[in-house]
Amino acid sequence: MAGASQVLQLTDPLPLDGGGELHGAEIAFETYGTLNDDRSNAILLCHALTGDQYVASPHPVTGKPGWWERMVGPGKPIDTDRYFVVCANVVGSCMGSTGPASEAPDGKPYAMRFPVITIRDMVRGLVALLDGLGIEKLHAVVGGSMGGMQALSLAANWPDRAERVLVIASTSRHSAQNIAFHELGRQAVMADPNWHQGDYYAQESQPDSGLAVARMAAHITYLSEEALTGKFGRNLQDRDTKSFGFDADFQVESYLRYQGSGFTRRFDANSYLYITRAMDYFDLAEEHGGKLANAFAGTEARFCLVSFDSDWLYPTAESRHVVHALNAAGAAVSFVELSAPHGHDSFLLDVPALDRVVKGFIE
Amino acid sequence: MSDLRPDLAAIASAIEPGTRVLDIGCGDGALLAELRASKRVDARGIEIDGGCVERCVAQGLSVVQGDADSALADYPDKGFDYTVLSQTLQTARRPDLMLDQLLRVGKQAFVSFPNFAHWRTRGALMLGGRMPVTRSIPVSWYETQNIHHVTVKDFRELAREKNARIEREWFFANEKPVSGAANLRAEFAVFLLSH
Repeated sequence: MAGASQVLQLTDPLPLDGGGELHGAEIAFETYGTLNDDRSNAILLCHALTGDQYVASPHPVTGKPGWWERMVGPGKPIDTDRYFVVCANVVGSCMGSTGPASEAPDGKPYAMRFPVITIRDMVRGLVALLDGLGIEKLHAVVGGSMGGMQALSLAANWPDRAERVLVIASTSRHSAQNIAFHELGRQAVMADPNWHQGDYYAQESQPDSGLAVARMAAHITYLSEEALTGKFGRNLQDRDTKSFGFDADFQVESYLRYQGSGFTRRFDANSYLYITRAMDYFDLAEEHGGKLANAFAGTEARFCLVSFDSDWLYPTAESRHVVHALNAAGAAVSFVELSAPHGHDSFLLDVPALDRVVKGFIE
Repeated sequence: MSDLRPDLAAIASAIEPGTRVLDIGCGDGALLAELRASKRVDARGIEIDGGCVERCVAQGLSVVQGDADSALADYPDKGFDYTVLSQTLQTARRPDLMLDQLLRVGKQAFVSFPNFAHWRTRGALMLGGRMPVTRSIPVSWYETQNIHHVTVKDFRELAREKNARIEREWFFANEKPVSGAANLRAEFAVFLLSH
């Protein structure tokens, strides 16, 4: 499924939080801009659950523009004329980095033999990539949603690797509600008869219906009620009256079905299981003796957290929780709750205030 | 420094270079930006207004959006050389508890406020019989954020009750320094306290 990304094959095995190691892991990545002579202008962007390394270049499968082109590029808030931007596909995903769809040493896909990974394992892979690129210290690490978890994990576990840490619409731990929505998605995948306990790669049919349902449920959590109402209301799809059947009568149904089926063309169902699991396991305080402030003790990095008032997936209180811990640790931290109507997905959409905050913080 | 409000200019001039400062209610970050530029200060802020915070962060200042009444509780003891509370004390739910926090988080604390005992205020109340609307207290009683008006004399008494030492004090009227009879003549007061 991978496009034209560069790939780094890790020479050392990747140690994993769940025990054991991942041997011969590959990290697929894209870069934008030029690394300067003293290697001080690198910015690591961390992608979200179903994101990938194609930040500011077309997606090789869908042909759609990069997922953060509004933010990253020449003259953009993250200015590739000034900064060397790196974005890698996380371990466990399916866009070129090693994941459940990759070949295991026996030549067959790992499928469910792939080890359960954590956010910190993903970041270990990213740090190995930085080592490979000869980047000792990042100008900044930036991430939204799951990317924000990676940024926090990097700051907590490799405190010397980033001067600035920008965390957008994210959290330091998955709540019961977050886990519940993910479990719904996983059960949808695993209930699909085409899932075959994960061994579907050689089959004619893939667990597309299950994955589509998972995506539909997740997509609802990315949008606000206001955004859905504004976009669709109770409008009917291509018809004047209700069908008194179970077609997609409503525009919102049609939209979700489209989102679900489009997703299955670019994403591996097993990767969805593994990455949602990694997010559910994420609890940065737990990794550091139960106290979040401990995770940031002695840090010299500058932090900026941004939340959106309409985000009910990772609401403002979650960002505040991190900010409190950073204050307790004496870290330099900025925090702002931006007003935007789109819900969690606001970090990917047109929110000019976010552009200004990102640009100001990065400089 | 000439662009700063007189109370902020007094505070900026009294702060030692290279120190750590927390400005509570920092607004658009004028004091923080000045301290960072002219005194190499590690300057942080707390501000409740999201638009102000956005402008601060866009300037590269470390400012957290939050309520001054509750946000201070997370900061460690004596984590800053100075805390600054400029023209915010009179808006606090409990100014006495706020002062405790300022002196806990900062080794020294600057507090500035409009003096309710200024002669104009006294005159407006005594002669007009109505809640004063003056140059220093420009908003009507029903919409002002000032829920705890305070005088220079009241503040001195509060500092005494808290066993806080007044290190320095400044008084202003019409943006100029005032000396003598401060409780009658000062529109604004600035105190530097230590514990």
